[in-house]
Amino acid sequence: MAAPITPALLYLDNVTVSFDGFRALNALSLAIDHTEMRAIIGPNGAGKTTMMDVITGKTRPNEGTALFNGSHDLTYLDEAAIAELGIGRKFQTPTVFEMHSVEDNLLLALKQKRSPLATLLSRRTAQERERIDALLERVRLTHQRHRRAGELSHGQKQWLEIGMLLAQQPKLLLIDEPAAGMTDQETADTADLLRDIAKTQAVVVVEHDMTFVRDLGVKVTCLHEGSVLAEGSLDAVSANERVIEVYLGR
Amino acid sequence: MKTQTLLDRQSTVVLSLLTVAAIVVPAMNGLAAPGSALHLSDHLVPLLGKYVCFALLALSVDLIWGFCGILSLGHGAFFALGGYAMGMYLMRQIGPRGVYADPVLPDFMVFLNWKELPWFWHGFEWFPFAALMALIVPGALSFIFGWLAFRSRVTGVYLSIITQAMTFALMLAFFRNDMGFGGNNGLTDFKDILGFPLQSASTRIVLFVLSVVALACGYLLCRWVVNSKFGKVLVAVRDAESRTRFLGYRVEHYKLAVFTLSAMLAGIAGALYVPQVGIINPGEFAPANSIEVVIWVAVGGRGTLAGAILGALLVNAGKTWFTGVLPEFWLFALGGLFVFVTLFMPHGIFGAARDLGKQVSRRLASRRPPESLSQAAE
Repeated sequence: MAAPITPALLYLDNVTVSFDGFRALNALSLAIDHTEMRAIIGPNGAGKTTMMDVITGKTRPNEGTALFNGSHDLTYLDEAAIAELGIGRKFQTPTVFEMHSVEDNLLLALKQKRSPLATLLSRRTAQERERIDALLERVRLTHQRHRRAGELSHGQKQWLEIGMLLAQQPKLLLIDEPAAGMTDQETADTADLLRDIAKTQAVVVVEHDMTFVRDLGVKVTCLHEGSVLAEGSLDAVSANERVIEVYLGR
Repeated sequence: MKTQTLLDRQSTVVLSLLTVAAIVVPAMNGLAAPGSALHLSDHLVPLLGKYVCFALLALSVDLIWGFCGILSLGHGAFFALGGYAMGMYLMRQIGPRGVYADPVLPDFMVFLNWKELPWFWHGFEWFPFAALMALIVPGALSFIFGWLAFRSRVTGVYLSIITQAMTFALMLAFFRNDMGFGGNNGLTDFKDILGFPLQSASTRIVLFVLSVVALACGYLLCRWVVNSKFGKVLVAVRDAESRTRFLGYRVEHYKLAVFTLSAMLAGIAGALYVPQVGIINPGEFAPANSIEVVIWVAVGGRGTLAGAILGALLVNAGKTWFTGVLPEFWLFALGGLFVFVTLFMPHGIFGAARDLGKQVSRRLASRRPPESLSQAAE
């Protein structure tokens, strides 16, 4: 493996994505450190989801560099390879396997060999069971373990999906609107959980809910029209004139 | 785990019923005196054998459609290819007993004035080779087709349409005399298989029992696959494909593996079908045939395996009866059945029966003291 070009865990430089002439990302540059938590805010259409798509290999950028761990070029890898490298993604609407039990959802997410032959011949080990038990405990779904994931409440599904991310043992977690549709208590608990995760792994959170972002208490990046508008503490960003203009001008 | 025992019960029931069929049908045909109410006449044995082959075909479709969401409308092609492989063996077995009495060339080749056997007919005089080809040819075609389709992420209705196109193209190709598979008439006039005359009652009984055994093995194989972690990934792909990708699974590899396995099962079904019906022709590639298979699965209950078997047996028995009584209305009846099942029994007969069972047990549970209620509701 070549020597790391950058010390950052995730390094985006000059990334541009255009769809039929519309620039969803416009020379976006961003760096995330190991064990850093970053909140991404921005109005609708600012390019938050497209950015996640580029990082996870769903969308190929027209231009620019996307490096993971200093040496892996994300623009050449597919979703599965990027997931193997250690990037986990939580979708905006909770996406779990509704027909599977809560336990099986976690089982499928556990860091294990992913090839068809390996899964065909795999047997559940005691170690896997312990991992699942620990994860169920962490996302507070121990009592729901045999229920179908489709029967869970919205908030529980969000947590299950976060649990699935943790099961993958990623180095970087991309989390899209974790607080959407949650009660105030659930939102506060989610902030606690994410802060706890960020002690050992890097976390990027996309969020609209400013109370939640304030709760996280981390560095904030504000996107607008596909590039970074402002970066810094939430207070500094929300005091920024252009940010105010963008948010209130609409 | 609760679901585990439920599935095991299903497997037990399926296997017991198949065992019973493998014993009762030969007994009723061979032991019961002709004319008695219990006697099963000779012509019914291959008919039942045909249903069993269709059940195996339905099982193969349920494996990919019910568990992985791949709606193949061209599975009849794999069935027919397996059938042609067996048909070629049976053709070569005719030898000099054909109408033109050529020791090597099948009748249709003599008729077309061909001087020697085409290269791809070599080896088919040897049964193990033909049997292997009945697996390999459908497997290879499905592998290439699936590799191209799944790699390009062709899904949903687009995939269904190209599977239809595939079977239609094969039908047109096999209709041509130049293809070397008997053209329009296909392969027929078979005499014997491994030295046993195909017309004899005992050969037919053995073929029937072998079909039942193949169905039972196919069922167990599918059950094993869907119960494994591999099977859980298939369901994950069916329900949330992109989520599965972001978890790090190469969805196209999974689809390709299960599609190829399914095509090989269909090939086995076709190979067992041909000696029992005595003919294979390009009509087996007709797009409507493949669609009919999907209807069997839908009627029986998609994603249940046992439902696919049930659906294939019931619809085909219905077809035999209906085409005897009101032949011109069969297609209307089939269409009506499909609409009815889609609207009122979205999980098919099997699912409807299961829901009914659940309702009954819930009723019973509500009469019991409340502490047992939560368990029963689960």
